[in-house]
Amino acid sequence: MRNEAKTVIIGGGIVGLSIAYNLAKLGEEDIIVLEKNYLGSGSTFRCGTGIRQQFGDEANIRMMKRSVEIWKNLEEELGVDVNFRQTGYLFLLYNEKEVKDFKKNVELQNKFGVPSRIITPEEAREIVPSLNMEGVIAAAWNHTDGKANPFKAVFAYANAAKKLGVKIYEYTMAKDIKLENGSIKEVVTDRGVIKTRRVINAANGWAKLLNEKIGVNIPIEPYKHQGIKTEPIKQGQIEPMVVSFKHDGVYMTQEADQGGVIGGYALKYGPTFDITPTYEFLRGVSYRFSQIIPALKYVNVIRIWGGYYAETPDGNAAIGKIKEIDDYYIAAGFSGHGFMLSPAVGEMMAELVVNGKTDKPIWFYDPYRFARGELRGKAIQMG
Amino acid sequence: MSEDPREKIIICRCNDVTQKDIEDLIDQGITDIEEIKRLTRIGMGPCQGRTCLPLVVGIIARKTGKKIEEIQLPATRVPIRPVSMGVLTGGDDDEE
Repeated sequence: MRNEAKTVIIGGGIVGLSIAYNLAKLGEEDIIVLEKNYLGSGSTFRCGTGIRQQFGDEANIRMMKRSVEIWKNLEEELGVDVNFRQTGYLFLLYNEKEVKDFKKNVELQNKFGVPSRIITPEEAREIVPSLNMEGVIAAAWNHTDGKANPFKAVFAYANAAKKLGVKIYEYTMAKDIKLENGSIKEVVTDRGVIKTRRVINAANGWAKLLNEKIGVNIPIEPYKHQGIKTEPIKQGQIEPMVVSFKHDGVYMTQEADQGGVIGGYALKYGPTFDITPTYEFLRGVSYRFSQIIPALKYVNVIRIWGGYYAETPDGNAAIGKIKEIDDYYIAAGFSGHGFMLSPAVGEMMAELVVNGKTDKPIWFYDPYRFARGELRGKAIQMG
Repeated sequence: MSEDPREKIIICRCNDVTQKDIEDLIDQGITDIEEIKRLTRIGMGPCQGRTCLPLVVGIIARKTGKKIEEIQLPATRVPIRPVSMGVLTGGDDDEE
């Protein structure tokens, strides 16, 4: 292992790897990524695979629009098919209040070039014929949203970063950051010390533990959420991500490469680092899935698993420069949206580090907003 | 073209993963069963690894020189066998 680097990124999930790749792409050299376990093991490999631009605020819409542009060309850019498919997101709406809220969101999304629209129950049923339409009065639909394979995406970013000279050390845990006169001196790992002046904290669920070592306080807490996967069924039956807030934020889609149904709902536990799956989830998710698509009653569940939403008080990540310490940055607390946002976040962070500024709406993710009591509108969040 | 016989030996029959697929990863330095699982999808099909994982462990042990008991298996999770959603919700249409 090298014992010196210009930049150390802590966290080998998709966010840390996208930042590493984008920094190297802008010509930065001498970058190390530290991952305490294997790449993607924290949150990325446990995610629900969805990629959507249907948010309710300008910053997330713009960031996701940029991300989708990158996702579309990621295979070409990184040289690996990451199974990105634009199969859309379909929000089922059950009352006038929901329709009103989603109309407002659609207007905002349209303003920034996202082609979402409100459709009729009949149109929704054409998109997913097996839907139970009972009580559905409309749906919000965007055909340019989609999904991708988190496993392939992580390895695609990691390999592309390595080709540009980034060193990635797995099974290497960052345990402490040592300071000297307000500047970073070194990162202490369980495999030795790395001298560096610049650290980017991309540890998501564990970000707070590192911040605490150096007296930085940003409220990010790990909550256990869970996912479910069924046996493969005939392809093409649940192409989009189907979402219902009436059924406690349930979301489900069919995996593009395997054909199993994957998803979850808003049951959460924590803050906790325990991610043991629960029977309560298995039963609750099966109930909600079969409410929305009754035929799923006959489909076998093959697996459930737990993972973290690293949550902030307003459900939006903390991204930016930490003022108290020279050259210390954070991109963490993604609250379940790290995978979908990672391409644009990597670009934004690299621009900030290299140029000191970015055109992207980084102000929205200001890590100091919590201390100032300026919470953002809660991000539209499922699962 | 000579054919590699390992391409015909299926280790994971749920997801059609061959002995060669797994050994190629190990040759690239990927020896952690959790990573092999996520890259090839061994252990992620309907059998949840009950058929393939012992074979994969054997391959890893042989290729890396590790002892079988040193190789940690991926987490075992509910359900142990595939169970239909209808059975899980008890055929009951009321909220649980």
